[in-house]
Amino acid sequence: MKTNIEEWKSGLKNGIPIAMGYFAVSFTFGILAKQAGLNWFEAVLMSVTNLTSAGQFAGITLIAGAATMIEIAVTQLIINSRYFLMSFALSQKIDPNTSFFHRLTMAYGITDEIFGVSIAAPGKLSPYYAYGVMSAAVPGWALGTLFGVVSGNILPPRLMSALSIALFGMLIAVIIPPAKGNKTLSGLIIISMVLSFAFAELPALASMSSGVKIIILTFLIAGIAAFIFPVKEHKHE
Amino acid sequence: MNNAIFYIFVMAVVTYLIRVLPLTLIRKEIKNVYIRSFLYYVPYVTLAVMVFPAILDATASPISGLVGFVAAILFAYRGASLVSVALLSCFSVFVVELFLY
Repeated sequence: MKTNIEEWKSGLKNGIPIAMGYFAVSFTFGILAKQAGLNWFEAVLMSVTNLTSAGQFAGITLIAGAATMIEIAVTQLIINSRYFLMSFALSQKIDPNTSFFHRLTMAYGITDEIFGVSIAAPGKLSPYYAYGVMSAAVPGWALGTLFGVVSGNILPPRLMSALSIALFGMLIAVIIPPAKGNKTLSGLIIISMVLSFAFAELPALASMSSGVKIIILTFLIAGIAAFIFPVKEHKHE
Repeated sequence: MNNAIFYIFVMAVVTYLIRVLPLTLIRKEIKNVYIRSFLYYVPYVTLAVMVFPAILDATASPISGLVGFVAAILFAYRGASLVSVALLSCFSVFVVELFLY
């Protein structure tokens, strides 16, 4: 049994590459936010309160285009609906006795990457592990935004390009190891990527927003897989 | 109130509600095998869908993106830690782009 501080530290360690990747992505966000007419305070405020990449990029486009409040709310709902499923999955990954306060705080940090490393943690998820990841990732996201707004395009493109793949590397490192030697998971990952590619390339489907695509494919593939390959034992590790 | 700040506030509330509702409302362990299995598969499907083909657009060229993708899978398969996989895929992208440009 790890102490809370040990959980926090191991979360922090896994949060560092997320912070680096977030810095690169939010740096770009900061540049675009400035172009969309936001000042540094508004851009950083958006990053700290929203903590979501696709939603924020869509948000500044809508703000710049003077969209209505309803449009903005519905867009966020669609783009970020995947967090609903992630939060659902996390509700089964934490101890059922986890306090209401911890649940409220952990919910703030449900991003693709923080969710990924949290669900990959062995055993039940300690809130402190999630806080450790957030302690690195959130400042990375906020600082990247600030630097993007203030400095503009100054980071070398090579560095930005390399850092941009860090987040994808994290996600791959979450899904691949449990799939090793597991035909069901390996097959699911391949099918998911193939269908995702098809959805991106087929002209009839290409206009679909990525948020809608993620939700549809998740319900479809995980829904069918759960029917054909039910997980009998307690395999939520 | 400043208009942009109000927009930001609405975005934040919508996004937080999506995140907070399941985690606070579902406080028991679900026994239903179908739902348990569905939730077990969710991360693999969702994250796989998000990674590919988006990873090909993440870097300066689809070639370096593909190299980073393959490198991450290989290192993850061989049991490298989360941090190592992320850094090694960054590094492989960086090296490939030195040759590309």
